[in-house]
Amino acid sequence: MNRIVRSSQAFEHYLIDLLNTSDAELKEIGKTLGLGLSLQELQYIRDHYLIKEKKATDVELQTYDQTFSEHCSHKTFKGYVKTPDGTINGLLKTYIRKETEEINAPWCYSVFEDNAGIVDLVDDTLVAIKVETHNHPSAIEPFGGAATGLGGVIRDILGVWASPIACTDVLCFGPLNYSYEKLPEGVKHPTYLFNGVVDGIGSYGNSIGIPTVNGATVFDDDYTGNVVVYAGCVGLLKKDEYVKNVKSGDYVVLAGGRTGLDGIHGVTFASAELTKESEAISRPAVQVGNPIEEEKLKRAIKQISEEHLGSGITDIGGGGISCGICETADKYDLGVSVDLDKIPLKAAKMAPWEIWISESQERMLLAVPPKNLEKVIKIFKDEQTEATAIGKYDQTGLAKLNYHGVKIAEIELKSLFNPPKTTRTANKLAKKSVEPEFPEPNNLGLILKKLLASYNIASKEKVVRRYDHEVKGQTVVKPLQGWNSGPNNAAVLKPLEKSDVGIVISSGLNPRYGKIDPYWMAASSIDEAIRNNVAVGGRRISLLDNFTWGSPEYPDRMDALVEACKACYEIGKAYNTPFISGKDSLYNESPLGPVAPTLLITALGIIPNYSNAVTMDLKKAGNKLYLIGETKKELGGSEYYNLHGYLGSSVPKLDALKAVQSYQNITDAIDSKLILSCHDISEGGLAVALAEMAFTGGLGLNINLNKVLANEKLRLDFLLFSESNSRMLVEVSEENSVTFEKIMDGTTYSSIGVVTKIPRLDLNYDGKTVVDEALSELIKAWKTPLEAPR
Amino acid sequence: MKRHDIKVLLMRAPGTNCDLEALRAFRDMGVQAELVQSQKVFKTKNLDDYNIIFFPGGFSYGDYVRSGAIWAKEMEYRIGKELKAFVEEGKPVIGVCNGFQVLVETGFLPGFKGKSIEPEAALGNSTHGYQCRWIRMKKVNKGSCQMLNSVEEGTILQTPVAHGEGRFILPPDKLEQHLKKLYDNDQMVFRYCREDGSPASGEWPINPNGALDDIAGICNPEGNVLGLMPHPERAYYGHLMPTWTSTGLNKYGDGYPFFDSVIKFTEKKF
Repeated sequence: MNRIVRSSQAFEHYLIDLLNTSDAELKEIGKTLGLGLSLQELQYIRDHYLIKEKKATDVELQTYDQTFSEHCSHKTFKGYVKTPDGTINGLLKTYIRKETEEINAPWCYSVFEDNAGIVDLVDDTLVAIKVETHNHPSAIEPFGGAATGLGGVIRDILGVWASPIACTDVLCFGPLNYSYEKLPEGVKHPTYLFNGVVDGIGSYGNSIGIPTVNGATVFDDDYTGNVVVYAGCVGLLKKDEYVKNVKSGDYVVLAGGRTGLDGIHGVTFASAELTKESEAISRPAVQVGNPIEEEKLKRAIKQISEEHLGSGITDIGGGGISCGICETADKYDLGVSVDLDKIPLKAAKMAPWEIWISESQERMLLAVPPKNLEKVIKIFKDEQTEATAIGKYDQTGLAKLNYHGVKIAEIELKSLFNPPKTTRTANKLAKKSVEPEFPEPNNLGLILKKLLASYNIASKEKVVRRYDHEVKGQTVVKPLQGWNSGPNNAAVLKPLEKSDVGIVISSGLNPRYGKIDPYWMAASSIDEAIRNNVAVGGRRISLLDNFTWGSPEYPDRMDALVEACKACYEIGKAYNTPFISGKDSLYNESPLGPVAPTLLITALGIIPNYSNAVTMDLKKAGNKLYLIGETKKELGGSEYYNLHGYLGSSVPKLDALKAVQSYQNITDAIDSKLILSCHDISEGGLAVALAEMAFTGGLGLNINLNKVLANEKLRLDFLLFSESNSRMLVEVSEENSVTFEKIMDGTTYSSIGVVTKIPRLDLNYDGKTVVDEALSELIKAWKTPLEAPR
Repeated sequence: MKRHDIKVLLMRAPGTNCDLEALRAFRDMGVQAELVQSQKVFKTKNLDDYNIIFFPGGFSYGDYVRSGAIWAKEMEYRIGKELKAFVEEGKPVIGVCNGFQVLVETGFLPGFKGKSIEPEAALGNSTHGYQCRWIRMKKVNKGSCQMLNSVEEGTILQTPVAHGEGRFILPPDKLEQHLKKLYDNDQMVFRYCREDGSPASGEWPINPNGALDDIAGICNPEGNVLGLMPHPERAYYGHLMPTWTSTGLNKYGDGYPFFDSVIKFTEKKF
């Protein structure tokens, strides 16, 4: 029998009879309506309707579909995970939130609660931060996908009443020289994706006038089929502006862009694997961005928040207004009634269910007390944008939708937000990477230049310059340092006119380590993000986790996810750096296989006085250069092994207690104004970091490699290119060196050389010169690969 | 007039986004500066209340059609008369980045014979696409642009540029004669230059957008309408300069003398 019947209404409206449906029929219904619901979820919905003794409507089932999607409900992180060592009841609860709760940091204001994590800045000012992924849309339509990814995360910041002040972006692509012949059908070339994504982010961020101050661009084979786009946003708000007080009787106000047919089933699409048909099937799921619309919204919302005219706010993103409205009503234990016909449309003909779940961009949802409604609508109008009251919150606990006076859906909110828990299985694959063996090369200078020219280390100036990082006039430490445009460790913003406090933003990402060991990949990413933050003067650090993973339906991907979450708990806790927000993007699978397990860690620190911030360029000839931390034979997943075509197994590990001590000492030394330049050691190891400091400052270095502290005698190439964690290079003047050493007492450090006027990188070992390269050659090698005309 | 009596109008349209740093600079100068949505100005038409008008950078109305074109046409239609009167009174009108584009699109710049009906120049696609970078520009104006007379001729200022359409060009058929006029009328104000002050001669990225004759900023023949692509407001404070961690931290940066001169001129003249 046909379970789906069109109702007698003039508009598109279907009734679905779920009574006594068989599993096969449920699947058929799901398929016909284009739902991404699992059989277990469909059964749950059927049983719910059984109790209610009524037919379901298309709008209702679409609402369940949106809300239950991986994208909206994070069921993998909230569900059960069966492992050989027992069942985990929620990865989020067991590891990440637990880390935050146990640290219980006094500076955390609102964490994991809202659209963004919120921490104290100074006095009554708060900082909100959020990082999102927009991988699937970017793989289909890189410009629009990346642009709307940024637009979405900016709205997350608006969605906690904050005013956006900076953006971050971290992008992962396949190698730009990937062979076209090897590219499977449906996968777009990395160069095409690279150009599109970079343009998309630039176009949106520049037009809306928010500086992009921090980021990274990573290239690896594993991203050829699964491009990764992380977009982040930081905002400011006053404590009294953070209003969350929606009451029965408040209006549901939809503001900003009009609703159209773009972004239908976006979350369903984002919660499925990419196939060669994705382009044709899912193209309508990608939204269309209009940054100017969001710029107007931003102005209006700032005024509304300053004047305390709203009682609640949230952005309209994945799942459209269905998610925004239902979540708000549920959060405040309310019900809601909405007139879908009041929603201004940009498409001529839309079915009610399409209006309800469309993910059209640049829309915000406000809750407004009746007495402020007129004022709020006028504020939007004065900014040349639209706002419409489309419904009201009430005390029913139901979401009731009407269309031209006809009731088209009535959903019990509790049933919507208590989905059946998913159970995933985690199991290791019996795959072990091996450590390679190859002879020690003799021309280390040439190797250094090759490393500097490798895509992952080479200058990203071509990307960074396409983003405005100066707008708003707050960027004190910029992504590129000085006239030579060296790579700074982190960005420092001075956002307040009347305070010297600075915000420090950095990131850590080590996807290649993840192919060897997801635990140490996560640990290394955490260390890298914190190390970068500390290197410029950041402290009191909060973290954000963003997982980009393969399908959680494969036990090996789940095992990697469990390992990474464990590291977040253990390492994050050891560093006393609470997680305050996060997001996961799963199902990153393509015809080329799963994405490399990629955990992006974003670190948000503060520096009490921005004028103490340290950049990475060498400052003056005659100064001493110190190496902090211990060097080990840890080259698994390194750029050096990759240069030789190996992955290896000796992934960098870390000793958190030692690292915490040395970072604390570095912070003390920065506050005592002893550190003139500081650079973190990461991809490419010691030699690359030395080169970058030298050519950015335009000063040479004379280094005695025998002074490098290693845990064992290392081959010279390993010593130079190992990527051991928790290491930094620090420049200190001769006269301050004694005080500096006193501060560093008890940590692993050594003075390894001096800054010179001779513009060369001169590395010596056992009295012999082992690398002697002109800085002009090194910077040329570093700048050339990504500078080629587009 | 007294400094605290000087009133600056900063106008904004949807997509204007360099308004806050400009507002901050003017306020630090001790003048009254107001940021007003242009729709409001279109209604009140109260330009007379102000001594200086400043058009900030951004992407007004998305810069669709052509950078600054939509806003310029709207302005023309709504307050064209008032704006023309303001300019004819000799009061300073400044446009930075998108503001410069607006002044070209409204015909105030280069304004060889007063306000032109059609744009006499254009700020076209930059040779290297959108670029956000620090540049050096040399003040080459010999005195016609009186509002900048406290900045000595030959002074090199470091400021950021951030635009995709800022390549100053003239119509090919009138290029020689227009360019000659710009020099003869002393309308050249800023040119992109090297560290030693010598001209960029079109070399990227010293000249970041391929502008004709390294032109970064020009004024009208009367000197009271000034447009430039680089952003002095983003170099106003010392901590915004690109090398303060190595050259030392001063309170003010290279953008300060620009605003300082404009205000000193206004104090004296009115």
